[in-house]
Amino acid sequence: MAPILDIKNLYKNYGSVEILKDINVAIEPGDFLVLVGPSGCGKSTLLNCIAGLEPITAGTIDIGGRDMTHVSPKDRDIAMVFQSYALYPTMSVAKNITFGMKVRGVDAATQEKKLQEVAQQLQIEPLLQRRPGQLSGGQRQRVAMGRALVRDPKLFLFDEPLSNLDAKLRVEMRSEIKKLHHNLNATMVYVTHDQIEAMTLATKIVVLKGGIVQQIGSPAEIYNTPANLFVADFMGSPAMNLIPARAKANGKGTKIEIERAGAAPLVLTDTHAKDLPEDVILGLRPEDIAEAGFRAGEDVQEADCLIDMVEPAGADTYVVSQLGGKQVTARLHAETNARPGENLSLAFDLSKVSYFAPESGERLN
Amino acid sequence: MTDIALTTTHNPSRNWGRIALRWLLFTLLGLFALFYLMPLFVMVTTSLKSLEEIRTGSLVAFPREVTFEAWRTAWSGACTGIQCEGLRPYFWNSVILAIPAVLISTMLGALNGYVIAQWKFKGANLIFSLMLFGCFIPFQVVLLPMARMLGMMGIAGTIPGLIFVHVIYGIGFTTLFFRNYYVSIPQELVKAAKVDGAGFFRIFWSIFLPLSLPIIVVTVIWQFTQIWNDFLFGVSFSQAGTQPVTVALNNIVNSTTGVKEYNVDMAAAIIAALPTLLVYVVAGKYFIRGLTAGSVKG
Repeated sequence: MAPILDIKNLYKNYGSVEILKDINVAIEPGDFLVLVGPSGCGKSTLLNCIAGLEPITAGTIDIGGRDMTHVSPKDRDIAMVFQSYALYPTMSVAKNITFGMKVRGVDAATQEKKLQEVAQQLQIEPLLQRRPGQLSGGQRQRVAMGRALVRDPKLFLFDEPLSNLDAKLRVEMRSEIKKLHHNLNATMVYVTHDQIEAMTLATKIVVLKGGIVQQIGSPAEIYNTPANLFVADFMGSPAMNLIPARAKANGKGTKIEIERAGAAPLVLTDTHAKDLPEDVILGLRPEDIAEAGFRAGEDVQEADCLIDMVEPAGADTYVVSQLGGKQVTARLHAETNARPGENLSLAFDLSKVSYFAPESGERLN
Repeated sequence: MTDIALTTTHNPSRNWGRIALRWLLFTLLGLFALFYLMPLFVMVTTSLKSLEEIRTGSLVAFPREVTFEAWRTAWSGACTGIQCEGLRPYFWNSVILAIPAVLISTMLGALNGYVIAQWKFKGANLIFSLMLFGCFIPFQVVLLPMARMLGMMGIAGTIPGLIFVHVIYGIGFTTLFFRNYYVSIPQELVKAAKVDGAGFFRIFWSIFLPLSLPIIVVTVIWQFTQIWNDFLFGVSFSQAGTQPVTVALNNIVNSTTGVKEYNVDMAAAIIAALPTLLVYVVAGKYFIRGLTAGSVKG
């Protein structure tokens, strides 16, 4: 299948400041692409470039197999939902939704039919005659979605659409967007700084930092095999444990040594890792460190660790131990007997381990 | 001494003090109001007196006999130099001068403000600062170049010429008003409309103008007052027959020979001031609302 959105070698400068550097992304019809990164990473700018609202400095953007690099937004066959919703304040909800069709000269009967369809789909029929100022945040959000849906575009663009909603509504709307994506089989590009939104919605994630793509992949790839320290730290909550360690090749594989203050070094043996440099950063997610006896597998290794802190979180209990000079979090079952100040035998699942080079931050395995 | 003793002994006197202060305040404010109303009172009463009564009576007395003769003379019989047609023709001059000048300068200001606030282009801020600078150029400085310019355009001494002058001079202020109003409207609105397929003028007409009523009222009041009350441009760039009402008023008051007809002068002055007064009364509440509307979200 031909990609529906194909961005090649895209650069974007404001004056002499490079905002986006050599972006290459392609998605298939039906994909849900999430652009995620900290604020100021250029994700919204990239979305604006896709929409044609910002001219690009170099590169090409194809939408639906056609070169759209220099085409104006209205001819790109896209619809966009904005962070502030950007509803036209003096128009009723119905007029907000039909404005685009009116501008394009769609006849009144078709406008009305499409309006009713979309209103029904989003359950906003009782609101059609109201002004945006008379709606709640969630309702405005729906109207903004309606304005995009009514267009039936090749590509939906969402610019942090949920960031103005309260936490509960955000979760609700998130699952509604996911349902919508599924029901319409639409192609969507979605910008967020919230890595949980990215994980739950995406079929494909682009992690951006400082205008440079850090990693492109499925949510599982991004989560399990982050390409560098930034991605490892940014995606996942609580964040991945990143522990300075020494690697020494021995007969069975690689011996990993982690310094501990006031105790003998923690020694693990990774039978898969090969050709590691001496200094590495070992990355292991909290859920891959369990209480001894609760995780089985040939790569699981157990070791006694001094527990500094115990944080029950209901479904799980997090314990913190000092390893390699870092606070290392492990996610244990709720009924654990861990006590602060006591030793506990922890199981490290090395089948899930990531290694990074300390200087460049790049993944090593 | 206990707290209870304190409250029982001190509360009544504090209440009395507060009431006395309130009365003092209102009395003072009332006096100020009377002071400011005095000239208007004198103008209205004098315009309703006969010349005979003005000569013999007191300045601040009510008219013994109310007569509208002076108003009739001021409107249609008073002499401005050699002609004796009253204010009427000049009043209409001012009307056909002020209305187009107000409308055109407001419209251009709205467009300018829209471009500067929402369609940022290279040098937009420089152009805005220059326009702002235009607000503060004293009238006298532009008189000679403007006269030359009007001559070259062939509209010297005509009402279209005066309209042109007022539009040019008004653009600075009207642009400032609209720019400050539009700059508070989120840029995403324009982006959304662009994605919807609307162009530059469509967005202005369908989205921005309907939002602008408060600032339009402010601009219209401001411009109307400026243009209607202008004397310097009126006296410099008009000729017999195209003079605005302010110039005619000056001529009536200053070119009388013999006895000074104070009643006619007063009536003429009130007539000349009425339209601006009317605009304030009709649209005044929108004026206050519009001045503070910049902070209100759409």
